[in-house]
Amino acid sequence: MRTIFFILQKEFLQIFRNRGMLPIIFVLPFIQLVILSYAATFDISRVPFHLQDRDHSVTSRLLAEKFTASGYFILTGYSASDKESQSELVRRNADLVLVIPSGFERDLVTTGHAPVQLMINAEDGFSAGVIQTYASEIVADFNQGELKRLIPSGAVEVAGEIGMVSSSWYNPELKYTHYMVPGIIVILVTLIGLFLSGMNVVREREIGTIDQINVTPIKRYQFITGKLLPLWIIGLGELSVGLLIARLLFHVPMLGSYALVYLVAGIYLLVVLGMGLLISTVTETQQQAMFIAWFFMVIFTLLSGLFTSIESMPHWAQIMTMLNPVRHFVDIMRRVMLKGSGIAEIAIPLLILTLFAALMLALAVNRYRKVSE
Amino acid sequence: MVKPVIFTDKLTRRFGDFIAVDELSFSVDKGEIFGFLGANGAGKTTAIRMLTGLLTPSTGAASVAGFDLYTESEKVKRNIGYMSQRFSLYDDLTVKENIRFFAGIYGLTDTAIREKSAKLLETLDLQHAANTLLRSLPLGWKQKLAFSVAILHEPKIVFLDEPTGGVDPITRRRFWDMIYEASEKGVTVFVTTHYMDEAEYCDRISIMVDGRVAALDTPEALKRQHGVESMNEVFINLARHDKTF
Repeated sequence: MRTIFFILQKEFLQIFRNRGMLPIIFVLPFIQLVILSYAATFDISRVPFHLQDRDHSVTSRLLAEKFTASGYFILTGYSASDKESQSELVRRNADLVLVIPSGFERDLVTTGHAPVQLMINAEDGFSAGVIQTYASEIVADFNQGELKRLIPSGAVEVAGEIGMVSSSWYNPELKYTHYMVPGIIVILVTLIGLFLSGMNVVREREIGTIDQINVTPIKRYQFITGKLLPLWIIGLGELSVGLLIARLLFHVPMLGSYALVYLVAGIYLLVVLGMGLLISTVTETQQQAMFIAWFFMVIFTLLSGLFTSIESMPHWAQIMTMLNPVRHFVDIMRRVMLKGSGIAEIAIPLLILTLFAALMLALAVNRYRKVSE
Repeated sequence: MVKPVIFTDKLTRRFGDFIAVDELSFSVDKGEIFGFLGANGAGKTTAIRMLTGLLTPSTGAASVAGFDLYTESEKVKRNIGYMSQRFSLYDDLTVKENIRFFAGIYGLTDTAIREKSAKLLETLDLQHAANTLLRSLPLGWKQKLAFSVAILHEPKIVFLDEPTGGVDPITRRRFWDMIYEASEKGVTVFVTTHYMDEAEYCDRISIMVDGRVAALDTPEALKRQHGVESMNEVFINLARHDKTF
């Protein structure tokens, strides 16, 4: 116990004395949290919108106004031909072109049908989908409202309609920040944990002090506990500040219990720190350790369901994500914070994380040798 | 007969096809200052790393401080001190923190740590620098401090791997005064060096050539055998026989 205490003391002294690392540990993550949470959103707003109105009627103007009044679209120009409109798309002055053909109003009044055309820049398929959805909703809304007033009743046969009212559960305002912030906190905790632990032991090897440690009667578990406990505490500290920012700045609800989040985080950090230590024991220099840590970090982040939903990944990739600790913690954080899930509901991912933690620590302790072979 | 403090019997270490240390057999008695000489790459560091339990031998037997190197390595570690050629204290800790850390992990009590730190700082005349970060100390002081820390837990043997590399002759001389002092207290000193004047300070020396012990005796006897005046000449004589030199 006393031995561990001496190592802890030394580690804390070194961490807090490292002027270069302090801001990286305690300031950068939160700047990232704030910036990423605002920036990483699937929401679209202020889409540049181009109008090609060949009808020049009251109705066509009304429809165009519906678009500009929605708040999603900003009118950036008018033109009279497809050629001009398309060049606007190409030049990215517009992501959406609304084409209203001539005779629009007349057709609508006489036949009840009048097509309009939407040209959408679909370089980014996801955004294009969202733009299309919004635009279709505006047109549908127009159908419901303006159209009925315009067309005398009886002129158009009104078919029976199935009305669909959707309501969003667990994130009723559909705020992307609420969805993103819990996940980004996980990434930050992972990043700090993996890099600090990955570089810690290998740093002692680089300086040469590891030999001095290895000739002492220190026991492996003492060394590893002394090395990892400070990082574990720092990791939980990062989580706490992250949760505080989530609450105060982003107003992300916490429907579940903080105790559960900390329990999961405590276990999760063991996975990450064990992995970092494992990296540290198989590398010779801090650069190598950094590179390997970075490699895993990218894969873990991309396969975590943080930015792209796991449901839309190919089947094999979905199975692979089960091996990704980040995926499970992101999943648990979202469920606990936004849905108020309890321990019973998150039992499976929690169990997987616990297994990973045991496996990683066992591997790391096993790989760390006081004697070289 | 007194049991030797270090005893090796055909201790060998291979790295793939390369034999770094080839059937090393020697013994060191209690309180001796044993010089371990050899050209770069002769196998000195490999031998010292095996004896301190940092590297597993390929074959052969050895006991250090009366304990078997293979089966009682933790007991060996409790009874040895080590100072490596690469400076081995923490640069980002103060003098006092370094002493406290190493004393602590060797299991010294708080009282012992306090007393020994005070005494050590006084002996080294480092009281004024107790709270200075190690990185801002001159190399000579660092080495003296590293040596003092290596024998703080009163080991039976202290292994010094090129302890005086890169310092001036006066500082080296003072360093050797400290070695003598430790030796008088009964600590066995196992020291590797490149400096032939330092070799003269040793009770006995072994000269390694190509992973083997080419000579082992007192400095006087070796000079006599080779009919030369200085250890320098003995060393060059022996090393020349090695065709790679």
